[in-house]
Amino acid sequence: MSSLKNKRQRAILITVLAVVLLAGVVLLGFILDEEKIATHLDNRNSPPSLEHLFGTDWLGRDMFTRTMMGLSLSMGVGLAGALGSTMIAAFLGMIAATMGRAADAIVSWLIDLFLSVPHLVTLILISFSLGGGAKGIIVGIALTHWPSLSRVIRAEMMQIRSAEYVQVSRRMGRPGWWIAAKHIFPHILPQLLVGFLLMFPHAILHEAAVTFLGMGLSPHQPAIGIILSESMKYLSSGLWWLAFFPGLSLLFAVRLFDVIGGNLRLFTDPSKTHEE
Amino acid sequence: MAILEVENLSVSFKRYTRGFKQVKSNVISSLSVEVEEGEIMAIVGASGSGKSLLAQAILGILPRNAIVSGGIKYGGEVLTPPRQRALCGREIALVPQSVNSLDPLMRVGEQVRTSVKSGNAAAAQKEVFERYHLDANVEKMYPFQLSGGMARRVLISTAMVSGARVIIADEPTPGLDERSVAEALKHLREFADSRCAVLLITHDIESALKIADRIAVFYAGTTVEISPVENFRGNGEELWHPFSKALWRALPQNGFVPIPGSQPHPDDLPSGCLFAPRCGMASAECGEALPDMRKLRNGSVRCIHAT
Amino acid sequence: MEKSRKLAIFLLLKVLRMATLLAAICFISFLLVKNSPIDPVQAYIGADMVNVGPEQREQIAEYWGLDEPIMLQFSHWAGALLSGDMGTSMVYREPVADIISVRFRHSIALMLAAWILSGIIGFALGAVAAMKKGTLADRIIQWYCYTLASTPTFWMGLLVLMVFSVWLGWFPIGLGVPAGVLTEDITFSERIQHLILPAVTLSIVGVGNVALHTRQKLIDVLGSEYVLFARARGEQGFVLFWRHGLRNIMVPALMLQFASFSELFGGAVLAEQVFSYPGLGQATVEAGIKGDVPLLLGLVLFSAVFVFAGNLIGDILHRLIDPRLREERL
Repeated sequence: MSSLKNKRQRAILITVLAVVLLAGVVLLGFILDEEKIATHLDNRNSPPSLEHLFGTDWLGRDMFTRTMMGLSLSMGVGLAGALGSTMIAAFLGMIAATMGRAADAIVSWLIDLFLSVPHLVTLILISFSLGGGAKGIIVGIALTHWPSLSRVIRAEMMQIRSAEYVQVSRRMGRPGWWIAAKHIFPHILPQLLVGFLLMFPHAILHEAAVTFLGMGLSPHQPAIGIILSESMKYLSSGLWWLAFFPGLSLLFAVRLFDVIGGNLRLFTDPSKTHEE
Repeated sequence: MAILEVENLSVSFKRYTRGFKQVKSNVISSLSVEVEEGEIMAIVGASGSGKSLLAQAILGILPRNAIVSGGIKYGGEVLTPPRQRALCGREIALVPQSVNSLDPLMRVGEQVRTSVKSGNAAAAQKEVFERYHLDANVEKMYPFQLSGGMARRVLISTAMVSGARVIIADEPTPGLDERSVAEALKHLREFADSRCAVLLITHDIESALKIADRIAVFYAGTTVEISPVENFRGNGEELWHPFSKALWRALPQNGFVPIPGSQPHPDDLPSGCLFAPRCGMASAECGEALPDMRKLRNGSVRCIHAT
Repeated sequence: MEKSRKLAIFLLLKVLRMATLLAAICFISFLLVKNSPIDPVQAYIGADMVNVGPEQREQIAEYWGLDEPIMLQFSHWAGALLSGDMGTSMVYREPVADIISVRFRHSIALMLAAWILSGIIGFALGAVAAMKKGTLADRIIQWYCYTLASTPTFWMGLLVLMVFSVWLGWFPIGLGVPAGVLTEDITFSERIQHLILPAVTLSIVGVGNVALHTRQKLIDVLGSEYVLFARARGEQGFVLFWRHGLRNIMVPALMLQFASFSELFGGAVLAEQVFSYPGLGQATVEAGIKGDVPLLLGLVLFSAVFVFAGNLIGDILHRLIDPRLREERL
């Protein structure tokens, strides 16, 4: 296409497409008829067709509808978890950078603490502690995904603090909040946004994994993890579509978030200006 | 006869400015220079003016996104990419600018030995280390264990053992003490005298004057003047380009006269003569097109006003 | 002399830091499990719920010390832990340490196989992609790895199960230890047979990250001044990779591989669940669902020690291999 001269313009187009697709999934999750996932005993276990794109399950529920509802539910849970994690990362990163060496050491110890137990085990533990359900997963995701982003924020803050214009502002007697709002926040914001977006896919995957293990969302909710865990019982009877399409859709959704996050990072990273 | 000829070489890069706009950055424009057998040709210009890219262009190791035009000939034949791959390290050797050019995880003796293309590598390495006053135990060291001067001498050793006929020396002397500088320059001179040739790229005009036969003055990505070393004397009366004269007079012993203004940025070169915006002799004609190199007495110059 | 002393100090500091972390993990995990609304007595009683009256429940709670204040319970548990007693599993009614050691032997076989396979294949793919940066091969490898990085491990397990067990019929579908057979009676070949599919699943998913990291590291190395100089000396292709590329990415690759124990453990939890493989991961899930508090705590601690061991081995190797840390500055 002649109008798409360079990589960046292509990246923009791909990002917009990805956003539209994901927004479409969320929209579908809301507008699809609940009736489609009611029990239809006359139409059980039918393979994918035009009418039922992803087939139907042993209760005659439309798998496409279940998958889309599951995806938008996963995104909601992932959104809440990733938001919480981003806030923790921003808070701890700023503390580490501004409150002196002791605070820095404590934050670094906390990071080590959260990295020393495998994420999935921590998620199971927190989920157990909160008695399962969406709350357990959201808290678990929020508590496990912040370490790398908080390091990025800390490094960025350190750099800005020592930058000349901040020093000048300080000597001009500007108050701390003024410097934070005027100089520091605008620099941190893109990092936070990109960090948040790159965290999102992990959050969704972890939600699905914990739910799959039976420790997450309740079996009555149309979550991808539930769908896949139920499908295991029917694998040997050849109902492959019960696992294949929902998992593939999850893969697509995660990949799209990754693409969006990666492209935004491309635009905010000055060292990438030399690529064609 | 010229061993190495560079004709009308241009190197540019595409780069994003802000958002989605790409600009073309002209780092080297229509540069021509040649090195004769037995000669040291020095290319002198300010740091950061793209001189190192000239070395990379000759050796065929420019970054992938570089856009190159013009021609390079070695021994009278065009240096195509396959020939570059076959010849560099064998016929044409580089003495790089940075001491980080040594592999941090390889013992330096081995790095010199892998540069030997024929004959007994171990013997050649021992001999060259002796010649450069590097102790026998240095060959077992890693680069982080060397001083800057030692690393510099190891780099020169790699070129000397390669058996090349042309050495491209890119700032080979910074960080060396005075005696080592003199010695390194002496070795380059000896190398050139044994029917080989040296292309010395440097910002240090005084070192260049000591050993070079001819000097090419480099400005904003191109040569503005090529003159024999004897022309660099007195008040610069025998230099033809206004920039060469100014450069000469800017030396401490010649009056220390600063040149007003600064070199143009490669993203935003003037349309005509690159020096015109800073030149006292500039006329309307100078802004029209980049002047060609033309022969003038015993050298050549890129200025329409030079006589 | 000087060197071995430095290494000893380094190790001591590492172990001390780990001790503080482990202590914190013990305390926090204990508070977390005690906070759970899931009733541990119920977990102990299991299916016999109907036959157990309120008095008996109280007795059980008293037996386990569940009626004491939390801090007291913690000090009992921590004290026992320090003397090497991890407690008794409420579901299996066996010492937690025994369960973990048996389960670990199963899991380590699975994790080791996946770790080596994904390490070697990932390294090779990443190296090829970096050496051929920008070519079709690079783009295919990158696309493949990014897709793998977005793939849910358990879904990959389901796909592998569908293809190899259901369609091709190469492996039985129920892959765990057959009911009624003692773990000791399983033959070596049966073990291998049970190991293959989960190991394949974990390797397939693990390759992505290893390859992407290797690619990025090697691209950084290839952009360095020493590689530029090596190319100026006429080195290219495999010789260049062998002399300078491999040498300079080996240490970071090894470090990364040992730092991946955490993800490996997480992957094993999911793969073991899909293939009902009787390892640590499956035990963790079971302990979580059934409310087996002592086992869950033991597994959390064990997984932390496992991750720490990986990091420590990586650090020690780094110090032994990298000449900049190994040899003296002169």
